[in-house]
Amino acid sequence: MAHANETTSPPSAGPAAPSGPVRKKTLRQSDRRGVFGDKLFSGLAMAAGIAILVLLAFVALFLSSSSGRALYSEDEGLIVGQFLQYAMPLVGGTIIASIIALGLAAPVAIGVALFISHFAPPRASRSIGYVIDLLAAIPSVVYGAWGMSFLAPAMVPVYRWLHENLGWFPLFAGNPSGTGRTILTAGIVLAVMILPIITSVSREIFIQTPKLHEEAALALGATRWEMIKMAVFPFARAGIISGIMLGLGRALGETMAVALVLSGGALTASLISTGNQTIPAEIALNFPEAGPGSERQAQLIAIGLVLFIITLVVNMIARWIVSRNKEFSGAN
Amino acid sequence: MSKRINAIDLNVYYGDFLAVEGVNIDIEPRSVTAFIGPSGCGKTTFLRTLNRMHEVLPGARVEGQLLLDDDNIYDTAVDPVTVRSMVGMVFQRPNPFPTMSIRDNVLAGYKLNGTRLSRSQSDQVVEEALKGANLWNEVKDRLDKPGSGLSGGQQQRLCIARTIAVKPDVILMDEPCSALDPISTLAIEDLINELKDTYTVVIVTHNMQQAARVSEKTAFFNIAGTGKPGKLIEYDETTKIFSNPSKKDTENYVSGRFG
Ligand SMILES: Nc1ncnc2c1ncn2[C@@H]1O[C@H](COP(=O)(O)OP(=O)(O)OP(=O)(O)O)[C@@H](O)[C@H]1O
Ligand SMILES: [Mg+2]
Repeated sequence: MAHANETTSPPSAGPAAPSGPVRKKTLRQSDRRGVFGDKLFSGLAMAAGIAILVLLAFVALFLSSSSGRALYSEDEGLIVGQFLQYAMPLVGGTIIASIIALGLAAPVAIGVALFISHFAPPRASRSIGYVIDLLAAIPSVVYGAWGMSFLAPAMVPVYRWLHENLGWFPLFAGNPSGTGRTILTAGIVLAVMILPIITSVSREIFIQTPKLHEEAALALGATRWEMIKMAVFPFARAGIISGIMLGLGRALGETMAVALVLSGGALTASLISTGNQTIPAEIALNFPEAGPGSERQAQLIAIGLVLFIITLVVNMIARWIVSRNKEFSGAN
Repeated sequence: MSKRINAIDLNVYYGDFLAVEGVNIDIEPRSVTAFIGPSGCGKTTFLRTLNRMHEVLPGARVEGQLLLDDDNIYDTAVDPVTVRSMVGMVFQRPNPFPTMSIRDNVLAGYKLNGTRLSRSQSDQVVEEALKGANLWNEVKDRLDKPGSGLSGGQQQRLCIARTIAVKPDVILMDEPCSALDPISTLAIEDLINELKDTYTVVIVTHNMQQAARVSEKTAFFNIAGTGKPGKLIEYDETTKIFSNPSKKDTENYVSGRFG
């Protein structure tokens, strides 16, 4: 610095003399440019983060405070056992429906996403991607109507066949439903509903796989599928899990489609007979009749809280899976 | 192990664009050959045709013959996957698999060709390959750490180890040192000198001292102008190319005068 000064300004002017419009910079004086923007942006980001937390806290608070009467009544004292007896089958039904939905949707979605990103010719892949995104925009009530009036009747003979040939297996035991409106049908409808979101997220991440790593695998003599296993899947793992979690979130919370498709009942392992109910559908179907402030309403809100907790736990598990082996994630 | 490469009237196209025209070259087994030439003259393009890696790029295709010993790798019965397992490639930017440990990176090729290795066999393969790539001493205590945690030069040597682990016949290198510091560059040049005892090595480089240091023969590619195809101008002993080339273009290029 001093050396530069000597060569650019006459010695008599001294090192501090500003020459022309150039502002002299010192270390302590910060460059004002951008400081305001930085502050504004970090303030906004912080505010958004806090707002989300506050919102979440309010939801949790509302759910817990209004569900108190489901766990405690003045005449009988603590009635947790009673509540659990009511809630557990619904939890079971919700989980069964979600597992069916994920089990069917995730492999198909990943396959479709791979096809779009790595196998289809560019023009075809663009139109397939477009159709998939359209599927995501269909309102759930439409899926519900389709499931109830088209899919359910179509499944009746399938259920009968499953019962006759695989009836020894607990999942296919029991009386096959005459209407086809079973938990399996509901699960299939849910699978169709969550297919687009998982596909979109996976495709997005598959496309981003670094060419560098794909070529590394190919140059070692990998076939296309081996290249995908070696370079694409490891890179996309976290993204696939995020996509599945988004799909799962939708499946767990889906109300309308399940309410329309499923003719609910008690918890049963059989997927082909009537029975089972999911939490969102149970709430939607019964909330209108439950009087404001009644114990029934508190009970419904309480199972809403249970659903909220299930979703949180599932997301935490997913985060944990993603963060495990972070060292090897390729993020560094 | 090591094979001769012989290109006969090879043209390379990207779609309708003729990128490289009429290459005839005969590369000896157990030798190092350098490809030099100005940017865009088709060195990478031609190098990729030596193991059919150009087929990965959309629209790229080849006319002519490329013989590996006596087999034309563009014969319809030949599977590009087989070609690539015999002709390994090291890229300009180090590209170890980030989700794999150092050890698994070295063994990646074995995982592909389906060879089942016992623990002791695979230990031996890993040690041999890493020693062959002059990397063993630096990583022997952290074989289970991710390959992406190494320095750039180490990552590049890991990529070389991964390539030589499967014992290919030919090793292609596309500017392997361009992202590295002088020390790592020297380490890799030493390594190339050792590799030529076992393999046929072809290296693309922009660094003429490097070409002079590592190669026995040098091929000079040039391009007449944008949109024109790149051509092999001169191919000869490296000492001759750099001291007494027979073509004017070559002389201009190696002496730093263009056009
Ligand atoms: N994937 C591609 N699609 C279309 N044209 C390409 C593609 N890759 C390269 N080319 C063209 O082919 C010609 C040769 O490119 P190439 O990359 O082989 O040059 P190069 O000699 O390796 O240059 P450099 O020294 O800069 O790496 C260039 O005109 C380039 O634009
Ligand atoms: Mg190049």
